[in-house]
Amino acid sequence: MIALLKRDLALAVRAGGGFGLALAFFLIVVTLTPFAVGPNSATLSVIAAGILWLGALLSCLLSLDRILALDFEDGSLELLATAPIPLEGVAATKAVAHWLTTGLPLTLVAPALGVLLNLPEGGYLWLTLSLAIGTPALSVIGTFGAALTVGLKRGGLLLSLIVLPLYVPTLIFGAEVARRGAEGMSLDTPLAILAGITLATIALLPFASAAAIRINLR
Amino acid sequence: MEMHVTNLACTRGGLRVLEGVSFRVSPGQALVLRGPNGIGKTTLLRTLAGLQPADAGSVDPGPEAMAYASHADGNKATLTVGENLTFWARLHGMTDIGAALRDFNLETLVERPGGSLSAGQKRRLGLARMAVTGRPIWLFDEPTVSLDTDSVALFAAAITRHLDAGGSAVIATHIDLGLQGEVLQLGPFKAEAPQHADDFHEAFL
Repeated sequence: MIALLKRDLALAVRAGGGFGLALAFFLIVVTLTPFAVGPNSATLSVIAAGILWLGALLSCLLSLDRILALDFEDGSLELLATAPIPLEGVAATKAVAHWLTTGLPLTLVAPALGVLLNLPEGGYLWLTLSLAIGTPALSVIGTFGAALTVGLKRGGLLLSLIVLPLYVPTLIFGAEVARRGAEGMSLDTPLAILAGITLATIALLPFASAAAIRINLR
Repeated sequence: MEMHVTNLACTRGGLRVLEGVSFRVSPGQALVLRGPNGIGKTTLLRTLAGLQPADAGSVDPGPEAMAYASHADGNKATLTVGENLTFWARLHGMTDIGAALRDFNLETLVERPGGSLSAGQKRRLGLARMAVTGRPIWLFDEPTVSLDTDSVALFAAAITRHLDAGGSAVIATHIDLGLQGEVLQLGPFKAEAPQHADDFHEAFL
């Protein structure tokens, strides 16, 4: 599994691997928002947490179809399925690799981009924390969506449609943590639910992903 | 490890293509599968490799003893030859790729990225992967496609070494590799009038 993780990370950072695409998209969304809604800093600080979460989620969505489709096209997914490592392990490793190349960088740049949106001072810690807790769920759910659509040519549209409703709970509670944090309100409940969603998806979805890959490889 | 296949039936796209396939392959033997296009050679190999469930019958030992080389080689264009092969070796718990590189004449290409290889070189890399799996039974699907005569000889020599070491192989090919073993014509096992597999679950897949 470590070999697979290393390979996926190496593939992501080399030419054409798609690393940086999510970051660039995130940057674009956040820098364009003040142009769209106007430079009024009071308005911006109200919507900052929500825009940052939405931008991170959409950036994550952008790279989902690369998780399994490339391996399917060149035949390595079949070979991975015949390797000693269980497909559940493959699905989990793919999700981890996706998070390390997408969710983690997004989490790390989010505070810097928060400045552009005039995020209230108390919000930086909670924004980063909520993204750190919530983005793993985005990668795991995304891997599940990728597994469902892996056999389809250009299944990107279907993948987005499948994954978007599954992303809604994470978005609601993630953005809620960041918003409450920014306003200095109590945030125990949404934080606990966000962490619960992430843990549940990590525990359950790799099995569902592996089952979907098996069926699609037949 | 002796391989027994008993009364195997395989389906492709919900249609039964082969049934009643039985054979055994002893250590040191290669079985060559022959038959016209569409008879089900690939389907049979995929079933043996565990990528699709058998419709009926049994395969012993299971997929964990088999290494499968499909039409696609599974090489990454942005990884070098050495990195590609090392990855597959480590995935199978092996470390040494030197012998595989030597056997398939890839030593001079180790540092080249997979994307810059010719079709035949990519194929050789795909075949070298089998040597780093450490598994006793090798399954090949049209292994000699895009190989020149020298490379075919290299491939035949590698298979012979594997057989001499007590391994075995099942190879779907149209050319004569001069290997120790039998030829299985799949024509007689063609399923009667193709019928939809009446598995309830299949309707939902």
